[in-house]
Amino acid sequence: MGDNLISVNNVSVNFDYQENFISKKQKIHAVNNINIKIKKGSFFGLVGESGSGKTTLGRAILGANKISSGNVIFHDDERDYDLTNMNKQDLKEYRKKAQLIFQDPYAALSPRMTVRDIIAEPLEVMKITNSRQETDERVRDIAAKCRLNIEHLRRFPHAFSGGQRQRISIARALVSNPKFIVADESVAALDVSIQADILNLLKQLQSELNLTYLFISHDLSVVAHVCDVVAVMYLGHIVEMGPSRELFKNPKHSYTKALLSSIPSIDPEKRSEAIELKGEIPSALNPPPGCVFRTRCPNPGIDCKGGEITMGLTEVEPGHWVDQCCVL
Amino acid sequence: MSHLLEVKNLDVKFDTDEGRITAVENISLSVDQGEVLGIVGESGSGKSVTAKSIMKLNPGNTSYNEDAEIILDNENILQFTSKQDLKKIRGGKVSMIFQEPMASFAPAIKIGAQMVEQLVIHKNINKDEAKSISINMLKRVGIADAEKRFNQYAFELSGGMRQRAMIAMALSTMPKLLLADEPTTALDVTIQAQVINLIKDIIKEYQMGVIFITHDLGVIAQVADHVAVMYLGSVVEKGPVNEILKNPKHPYTKGLLQALPDINNLDAPLSPIPGNIPSPLDRPTGCVFRTRCPHHNPEGKDGKIEMKLIEVEPGHWVDQCGIQCGQNG
Ligand SMILES: Nc1ncnc2c1ncn2[C@@H]1O[C@H](COP(=O)(O)OP(=O)(O)OP(=O)(O)O)[C@@H](O)[C@H]1O
Ligand SMILES: Nc1ncnc2c1ncn2[C@@H]1O[C@H](COP(=O)(O)OP(=O)(O)O)[C@@H](O)[C@H]1O
Ligand code: SF4
Ligand code: SF4
Ligand SMILES: [Mg+2]
Ligand SMILES: [Mg+2]
Repeated sequence: MGDNLISVNNVSVNFDYQENFISKKQKIHAVNNINIKIKKGSFFGLVGESGSGKTTLGRAILGANKISSGNVIFHDDERDYDLTNMNKQDLKEYRKKAQLIFQDPYAALSPRMTVRDIIAEPLEVMKITNSRQETDERVRDIAAKCRLNIEHLRRFPHAFSGGQRQRISIARALVSNPKFIVADESVAALDVSIQADILNLLKQLQSELNLTYLFISHDLSVVAHVCDVVAVMYLGHIVEMGPSRELFKNPKHSYTKALLSSIPSIDPEKRSEAIELKGEIPSALNPPPGCVFRTRCPNPGIDCKGGEITMGLTEVEPGHWVDQCCVL
Repeated sequence: MSHLLEVKNLDVKFDTDEGRITAVENISLSVDQGEVLGIVGESGSGKSVTAKSIMKLNPGNTSYNEDAEIILDNENILQFTSKQDLKKIRGGKVSMIFQEPMASFAPAIKIGAQMVEQLVIHKNINKDEAKSISINMLKRVGIADAEKRFNQYAFELSGGMRQRAMIAMALSTMPKLLLADEPTTALDVTIQAQVINLIKDIIKEYQMGVIFITHDLGVIAQVADHVAVMYLGSVVEKGPVNEILKNPKHPYTKGLLQALPDINNLDAPLSPIPGNIPSPLDRPTGCVFRTRCPHHNPEGKDGKIEMKLIEVEPGHWVDQCGIQCGQNG
C-alpha cells in the first residue's frame, strides 16, 4: 500500500428514488462497483458527461456521501482510515486531511464574511489553532501561497473577480493543511485565461505542499494537460483508466474514442471528425444490462458482448485498464 | 451587394448607480446570408450586449450613440420605435437562441402552444398550419416523437432535447438572421457535437445569416466563417476564421490562444493572460488591453493612440495599437 494514498474498493453508491409517495421505490445507480487507487502525489483525473457519477464518487471518497457497498481506505503515514468504519474522532481527523474545492467561486463564498474570516473558518470550526495570532499567521501564509495580497484579506468577496474568488476557495481548502484535495469542476466557470492561471496554481501548490488531487472535470483538454492518471466514467461505471498521455493517445474503449473525437478542434481545417453519438445518456434509474454504453455505441465490435457480459476493468497495458466488454 | 446585417460604429452605454458604463464601443460588424460570424471573448467583453442591441432587447437604462447604425435588410433598426416595426425584428427577421433554453420557454405553457402562438402572430397563418410547421421543425432538429413532445412542457425534456426544441422554435419563423448566444456552452461535448452539426446543416439548408457567440475557440473553429474578437467592449481583431486562429496579430487574440489547453499539444505550457479585466467603469484610455498586455510599454503609444481597426491582409482587420506596439515588443 506504500505508494497509494486512497484505495477505492468495489464502491457502489445508490440513492432511493420515489417519483411520488404512491409510486414504488426505485434505486438510482449513481456509482457502480468502482475500483481505483490514487497514488501519493498524483493528479488523478475523473472525466465524463454530466450525470455520470463523478461528483457522487468524489463525495463518497470525502466521506460526504454514504457508500452503499464496498469501502474506501485513506492510507495516512501512521495508520489507515476505513471510511465505511470511522468513529467520531476518526471522522474529525479525516476532515482535516481531505478537503473539497467547489465549482462555483460565486456561490461558495459567504458575502458577509471578510476574506480573512472565510479562509480562517475551517481552522476555527475544526479547532486547529490555539490563538487568534496563530490563526492569522496560517491565513496569511496560505493566502500568500495562493497569490492573494494582505490587503485582500480585509475585503469582502464581492469585490473580487472570478479568478481571485477561486484562489480564495483554494486557500480556504488548504488552510487546514490537508493531504488530499477533491477539485470538482473547479475551473469550469472560469474564462480560459483565468483557468490557465488556476491550473498552474494548483500544480505549483501540489509540489510545494505535497498534495494529492482528485480532479473532476468534463473538459478533456484540461484533464489531459494537468492529470497524470485519468479515469473515464459513463453512467456510474469507469469504462477506461490509465496514464493520461497513453489513454489520450491510444484510447481503447468506444466511449473514450467518441468523447475524444467530440472535442471541437481548434483547427478550422479539421471540421466534424466527431464520432456522432446518438441520443443521450440513459437514466441511472434503469441502466442497460451488460455494457452500459451499448445504447449509444456507434461501432459495436464484431465480437462485442455488449448485452451479455458483466462490466469490469481488465488491464490491457501496464496501468491501462479497459472495460472487459469492450476488449473481449 | 449589401450585407444582410451591418453594424456601424455602435456604442452601447448603461446608466447605473455607479455611473455610466461603456459596454460596447465603436464596433462595426457585418454578416452575409448563409454566413456565420463568430464573436469570441472573455466574460464581460460585450458579446451579449451586442447581440441584444440587434434584437433591441437591451433594458431601459441603455443609450446608443447618435451616429450608430444597425442595418438589417436595408433598414436601420436603431430608428425603429413602433410596435409594428419591432415585430419585424423579434420573431420576424431575427431569432435568438440562448445558453439556457428555459429562458426561451414559458415554464407553464406547452412547447407546441408557444411555437404555434409565435407563428400565428408573426406569419399570419392559422393554427393548423402553424401546428404542422412546428411539428415538422421539431422533426427536422432530430426530436423523436415530435407529436408527443409538442404537447409537453420544456422542463419535461432532457437538456439536449430542450436545446433542440429551442432551435426548432427559433427557426420555425424562418428568420433571416439567427443570433446564437453560447447555445452549446451548457451541453456535454457529445451533445454539443450533435447540436453544432445540426446548426451547421440548418444554416446551409435555409441560407440564413448567423451570429454565433461563444467563449470557446474550438467551437468557433468548427462553426464560424468569420470571427470577431472582443475585449472590454471593443473588437480588437476580426477576419476569416483561418486567419484569426492560425495567424493572429493582436496580443489579446494571441493570449487567448496561448491560455487554451490544446489536447493535440500537451507539451505547450498554459500561459494565462496576466491580471484581471478592468471594470467597465474605468475603461483604460487609448488601448483597452494595455493593463494586461505583455508588450505594454508605458513609453509607447498604447495610452495615447486611438483604437481603430486597420486591414493587414485582405479581410483581416487588427487594431492599429495592437499592430504598432505589439510588433515592436
Ligand atoms: N442526493 C441525490 N439523490 C438522488 N439522486 C442523486 C443524488 N446525487 C446524485 N444523484 C444522481 O446520481 C447520478 C450521478 O450524479 P452526479 O451528480 O454524481 O453526476 P456528475 O457526473 O457529477 O454530473 P455533473 O457533471 O452534472 O455534476 C445522477 O443520475 C444524479 O441525478
Ligand atoms: N443592463 C445592464 N446594466 C448595466 N451593465 C450591464 C447591463 N448589461 C450588461 N452590462 C455590462 O456590460 C458589459 C458586457 O456584458 P455582456 O455583453 O453581458 O458580456 P458577455 O460577453 O459575457 O456576454 C459587462 O460589464 C456587463 O456587466
Ligand atoms: S462492449 Fe460493445 S457496445 Fe459496449 S462499448 Fe464496447 S463495442 Fe460498444
Ligand atoms: S497598444 Fe500596446 S498595450 Fe495595446 S495591445 Fe498593443 S502592445 Fe499591447
Ligand atoms: Mg458534478
Ligand atoms: Mg453573455
